[in-house]
Amino acid sequence: MILAPGTDVPDFTLRREDGSEFTREDLLGRTTLLVFYPFAFSPVCTDQLQIYDEAREDFAAQGVTLYGVSTDPSYSQIAFREKLGVDIEQLSDFEPKGTVARAFGAYFEPRGMTNRALVLVGPDGKVRWSHLADSPSDLPGVGLIFDGLAATAPG
Amino acid sequence: MSDLRSAPVPPLRPGDHVRGPQDGMLVLFYGDFACPRCAVAALRLRHAGARVVFRHFALRAKHERAVALAHAAEAVARQGAFWAFHDALYADQGRLDDPHLWERCRALGLDVDRFQVDRRDAGVVERVRGDVREALRAGATTTPALFVDGRLDPGLHGRLAGAVQG
Repeated sequence: MILAPGTDVPDFTLRREDGSEFTREDLLGRTTLLVFYPFAFSPVCTDQLQIYDEAREDFAAQGVTLYGVSTDPSYSQIAFREKLGVDIEQLSDFEPKGTVARAFGAYFEPRGMTNRALVLVGPDGKVRWSHLADSPSDLPGVGLIFDGLAATAPG
Repeated sequence: MSDLRSAPVPPLRPGDHVRGPQDGMLVLFYGDFACPRCAVAALRLRHAGARVVFRHFALRAKHERAVALAHAAEAVARQGAFWAFHDALYADQGRLDDPHLWERCRALGLDVDRFQVDRRDAGVVERVRGDVREALRAGATTTPALFVDGRLDPGLHGRLAGAVQG
């Protein structure tokens, strides 16, 4: 099960592109969208990052920072991001493989890969909105995310 | 709040680029001129006798020429040659740089100087941007995004391929 709204995000450690750690502490004080996707360079994941990049000013206007999360090693993720020419920073869940995705309910056990899932985390470290695709090949559109942002807007 | 929240795809409207028989299936085609899959889909829809409305789904991260080509097509539309240019772009996906566009304009008897001005016009830029955003709001996630009866129809391309092969 994907982490439900209102849930405290568990402690976790992902690897940033520069090799440093990205943990729960990095989520505090700002709004973050973690975009879990199956594989760098796969067709649907390519479409997904390209589509989300198109909305980058709109995400920024709402103070939302996006991160891509997969079980690929950082080198693959960096090559993927650079090939696409997008700015969405990548976080690696490579070793131990998929540990963070499992903790978030965003791992697809039948194929041993990150599922396609979205987790919006508020500045308090609690899940504000989440979405697990019906299947890893099902790409959630941009509108869905902005609907989630609107439905959970503070105040 | 952002205007990227979900919204239905806008129906046929004045100013749309429309082609095809009046009684053909009406397809809203959100496409990109640097997209080979769009080129094939456009051809299949034409062979299927569909009535096609072309709108832009030109993503900057998808292809470095996508947005420039969308602007170029809108500039050409101001000289009444949208569909001829559309066909010329899709017919030769290997020649999409500016000199190739000027060549196409000359071949179509268009005013190249006017084309150069119009492609940078704010109205042209805004039309393309507006199309892209309405496609995003309507749930488009890839190119081409085909809508029939107001609904995204991701299987249409494949069904047309079957029809052509069958």
